Amino acid sequence: MRLGDFELEVAARIDTGRVTAIFGPSGSGKSTLLRTLAGLERRATGRLSLGRDVWLDTARRLDVPPHRRPVGYMFQEARLFPHLSGEGNLRYAAKRARRERQVVAFDEVVDALDLGPLLQRRASSLSGGERQRIALGRTLLAQPRLLLLDEPLSALDASRKMEILPYLERLHPRFGIPTLFVSHSVDEVALLADRILVLAGGRVTAEGRTAETLEHLDLASLTDRCGAATVVEARVVRHDPEYQLTCLDLAGQTLRVPKREHFEEGEEACLVIRARDVSLATCRPQGVSIQNVLAGSVCEVKEDGGSAFAEVLVDLGPHRLLARITRRSLHDLGLAVGSPVFALLKSVSLSKQRAMQGSPGRSAGEPGRLLPGPSHSNLRSR
Amino acid sequence: MGLPQLSDLPDLGPLWLTLRLAASATGVLLVVGTPVAWWLARTRSPVRPALEAIVALPLVLPPTVLGFYLLILLAPSSALGGLWVRLTDSTLTFSFAGLLVGSVLYSLPFMVQPLQSAFEAVGRGPMEAAATLRAAPFVAFFTVAVPLSIRGFITAVVLTFAHTVGEFGVVLMVGGNIPGRTRVISIAIYEHVETLRYADAHALSALLLVFSFAVLAVVYTVNRTLPLHFR
Repeated sequence: MRLGDFELEVAARIDTGRVTAIFGPSGSGKSTLLRTLAGLERRATGRLSLGRDVWLDTARRLDVPPHRRPVGYMFQEARLFPHLSGEGNLRYAAKRARRERQVVAFDEVVDALDLGPLLQRRASSLSGGERQRIALGRTLLAQPRLLLLDEPLSALDASRKMEILPYLERLHPRFGIPTLFVSHSVDEVALLADRILVLAGGRVTAEGRTAETLEHLDLASLTDRCGAATVVEARVVRHDPEYQLTCLDLAGQTLRVPKREHFEEGEEACLVIRARDVSLATCRPQGVSIQNVLAGSVCEVKEDGGSAFAEVLVDLGPHRLLARITRRSLHDLGLAVGSPVFALLKSVSLSKQRAMQGSPGRSAGEPGRLLPGPSHSNLRSR
Repeated sequence: MGLPQLSDLPDLGPLWLTLRLAASATGVLLVVGTPVAWWLARTRSPVRPALEAIVALPLVLPPTVLGFYLLILLAPSSALGGLWVRLTDSTLTFSFAGLLVGSVLYSLPFMVQPLQSAFEAVGRGPMEAAATLRAAPFVAFFTVAVPLSIRGFITAVVLTFAHTVGEFGVVLMVGGNIPGRTRVISIAIYEHVETLRYADAHALSALLLVFSFAVLAVVYTVNRTLPLHFR
């Protein structure tokens, strides 16, 4: 698939049983891949099928138009119909999905996304977050067999994001629709996805379970520098009711984070630690407010002469942690490969690793496989 | 040909003929111009500028030039005119049908251009959204593109109608001046002036002036009162 001088070439089987993130830097082809799946990129060639239904097979001159593909597509900018009310937008989808298998009920969507107060409002009078909720509801009511979310949070500011995230988190457990979502945010991916497909320069560079894949990924090269982060799995040890903290075990060292009720003791959680939130010290620091200090040793140093910053990879035993400090600190502390070091974590975000044995609640549609072609027939340029 | 009227009132026949012609031309152009405007708004084809130029030609050509070519094209001796005579037993020139053909061509840009810019303003976004919500292209056009372009439709219809009402040169070339068949209001005014019947010319001119003002006033009022997102 070629757009100008950009070529997207993907050959992947995507297990559609759960939530899969398509992750990568901007310009890596994430949205193009999603648009191709929905049939919105008419220049795509190759082979594409969901379960037994073939949507694209250039060899057989088959290209199912977008309105005949059972996908739900949620656009970055909501794209509500401004001439309709909130309810009008939902009904538009419901009306045209009458002949599909009814998996999602109107009232259930209204209830799950708290759309009641928005139904009678004009689409043009809704706030950014409200628009996205109606757009999500509308997408669900199209009775999709595959849900495609194109950076559903990127058009929102931080507080609106927090308004929508809980709804997205509940989406798969409640409706059980296989979901592919595009994101360039490590936090979102760690929070929402069970599996991850990493794209760079129009090609798949990694694929697998979220935590494992992110952990082995050179995130610094993928995300913009400020967004570089480490993702590791840790076990919830206990909750501390006195200080309202949750204690976690990370390879024998203890981390404390603000209490998160919905984690059971003994459960695995996915931790996202941004490189810019990690400071380094050569001895265990005294008299600092930071609670989370991890002992390790430097295993790699990346210095860029043209920048104020350096990236230091700290070996914590089974895990490795990325820290971003100034080059000046690096030289003042005399850090080199092998130096023992203490990592101070200013903040840690935590997300739930979904149960890997299928989806809870409702059945996940038929277990489909989405395959933009086995290796010999790819989606590629014409 | 026009016998002098005996009553004091000017003959209102030309007015009804004019309204019938304008309504028919608007109807035909709504059906023909909408797909042309849609195609022009969406295509990436290299022939688009050429087609846009053709659509805009009646804006710059003197109506007499357009009328002259039409007269040649529609004459019974031409292929098209001859075919029409064989099919209907009447000529295209100096008939209502000929006037309609002329008016449709003459007013084409007034239908296509407002619609094209309205469709361009709708853009691909809402149409893609409609497609992912299972709306076939034809359905999406009527349920999304048309409601979102409603201002464009109002503007196009009114301008086309009003412009056809004010037509003179093409009509004179193609239709001549036959009472009840091709004598529209502008031709009637011209004749009244030629024959020095200034009172009749005054009456018809004032009528046309008031009508044109009223139509435009209605358009601007409607455009102002429609919600902004229908712009």
